[in-house]
Amino acid sequence: MNELTESSITSGSVNKIRKNEKTAFIFLWAAAAITVLTLIAIVGSVLINGIGHLSLDFLTKEPENMGKDGGIFSIIITTIYLALFSLLIAAPIGISAAIFLTEYAKEGPVIRLIRFGTETLAGIPSIIFGLFGYVFFVVFLKFRYSMVSGGLTLTFMILPTIIRTAEESIKMVPMSYREGSLALGATKWQTIYKVVLPASIPGILTGVILGIGRVVGETAAVIYTAGSSLGLPNSIWRPGRTMAVHLYILASEGLSKSNMYATATVLIITVLIINFTANRLIKQFIRS
Amino acid sequence: MKAYERVIQLVLFISAIIAVFGVILISYFIISEGYPVIRKVGLLDFLSGNRWAPTQGVYGIYPMIVGSLLVTAGALVLGVPIGIGCAIFLAELAKPRIAGILRPGIELLAGIPSVIYGLYGLAVIVPFIRKVFNNQGFSVLAGSIVLAVMILPTIINVSESAIRSVPRDYKEASLSLGSSHWQSIKNVIVPAARSGITAAVILGMGRAIGETMAVIMIVGNSPLVPESILSPVRTLTGNIGIEMGYAGGEHQKALFATGIVLFVFIMLLNIAAHLIPKKAGE
Repeated sequence: MNELTESSITSGSVNKIRKNEKTAFIFLWAAAAITVLTLIAIVGSVLINGIGHLSLDFLTKEPENMGKDGGIFSIIITTIYLALFSLLIAAPIGISAAIFLTEYAKEGPVIRLIRFGTETLAGIPSIIFGLFGYVFFVVFLKFRYSMVSGGLTLTFMILPTIIRTAEESIKMVPMSYREGSLALGATKWQTIYKVVLPASIPGILTGVILGIGRVVGETAAVIYTAGSSLGLPNSIWRPGRTMAVHLYILASEGLSKSNMYATATVLIITVLIINFTANRLIKQFIRS
Repeated sequence: MKAYERVIQLVLFISAIIAVFGVILISYFIISEGYPVIRKVGLLDFLSGNRWAPTQGVYGIYPMIVGSLLVTAGALVLGVPIGIGCAIFLAELAKPRIAGILRPGIELLAGIPSVIYGLYGLAVIVPFIRKVFNNQGFSVLAGSIVLAVMILPTIINVSESAIRSVPRDYKEASLSLGSSHWQSIKNVIVPAARSGITAAVILGMGRAIGETMAVIMIVGNSPLVPESILSPVRTLTGNIGIEMGYAGGEHQKALFATGIVLFVFIMLLNIAAHLIPKKAGE
């Protein structure tokens, strides 16, 4: 009698456990589904509203009436200009920093300080970078609203991304590569330059590409440093307007819905291409 | 040859400390620009002042502090359960094929620029709230919904790696004692990954407080303490972002002072996240 009750209790609670598990797993599936569906909704709504307004003219013509009419040619060029400028500075510094952290530095207070600095820099919001860039580059160093002010501000912003990815990919190069090279009589730097770096290039490039993504999508840090004036910056000392800034101005001033969505579409397609490339590179790197 | 190697090592070292140098430079310039206003107004009055009227030289950022905290709290309420759920799903349930779709999706979510989030909020979320609640639509709620999505990648990625760092033995021991998979997740794996998940939430909070452009586009920006989650609100970031375009003189310095408060919030969150061990057993 006693045994029977006990087993019925157990079977009841087993059912309850099964039911709980089912409910919980439905929630987990739902969380994942919501994440993906939100992404699809956002990307989809931009593409659906914008793709119809996209044309060769839009990409190759200059903006007219403050962006209400015409295209975004000089805006695309400014965006590329600014991305290349900040990468040209951030990539060598970031990669060198990563080499130092992985190959030279010994665990200790200096390393901890550098790591804390990099992490902190990564957590600083872009509006703070904007304020800093404005007061330091634009005003204090008298670089004015220019590609230089914008590019240098963005350099600080993307540096942590580049350092972190480069560090991870350098760490993944097998120790035996280094030992082989050193055994052949190469110096430490020769080993790094000729063996370690070539082996970690796809990983390093991923960080660089993610850096491009951040520059392309950035608004707050750019608008107060590179400015928002239309027209091609014909020197690095001239201001310019990037795609993200243009989109922000069109959206907040309600100038033109069609040009707003068309700009958003170009921006999101650029981001898609950047992410896709970064993903391919990571996969290639992991395989090798 | 030896000298050459030394020069290289020095160059690499200098590159490595540039990030630290950057943090010092940023802190110094933001503080030296904003501090005079805080000193003039008085720290307490600046933080607890209810009125922001730059044309009259009145600078109180209390409404913006409340605004930032409210919008962020809302984002966490919506984003944390979904984010942690998604992280558990990825670490424990997802088959490689499904993870292969989900993971790039999350990366893309992290890569979408804030203006695009703002545009989506402006074009979809705000009108939706306007229709359902019959108000102006620009509100705390709109901001929280959009920020919840924006902080998902941070929460998911950091939580997932925390969950994955829980030693396999824990789960196997729990299963072999007769626990179901869910019981093992709930009673063993998640508790073991607790500190990493906490760090994930703190980092997500930092992102939400620091977000500017998307928030400006959807919360209405009136510098008043909101009456409800359906009222318009202005955040600390919004206060800077909206007025930097035209502010000059003392007004501009007051925006840098707002920046100091924001910076302190972010630094506290960063330090907290830094101090918490992110992996189980550390």
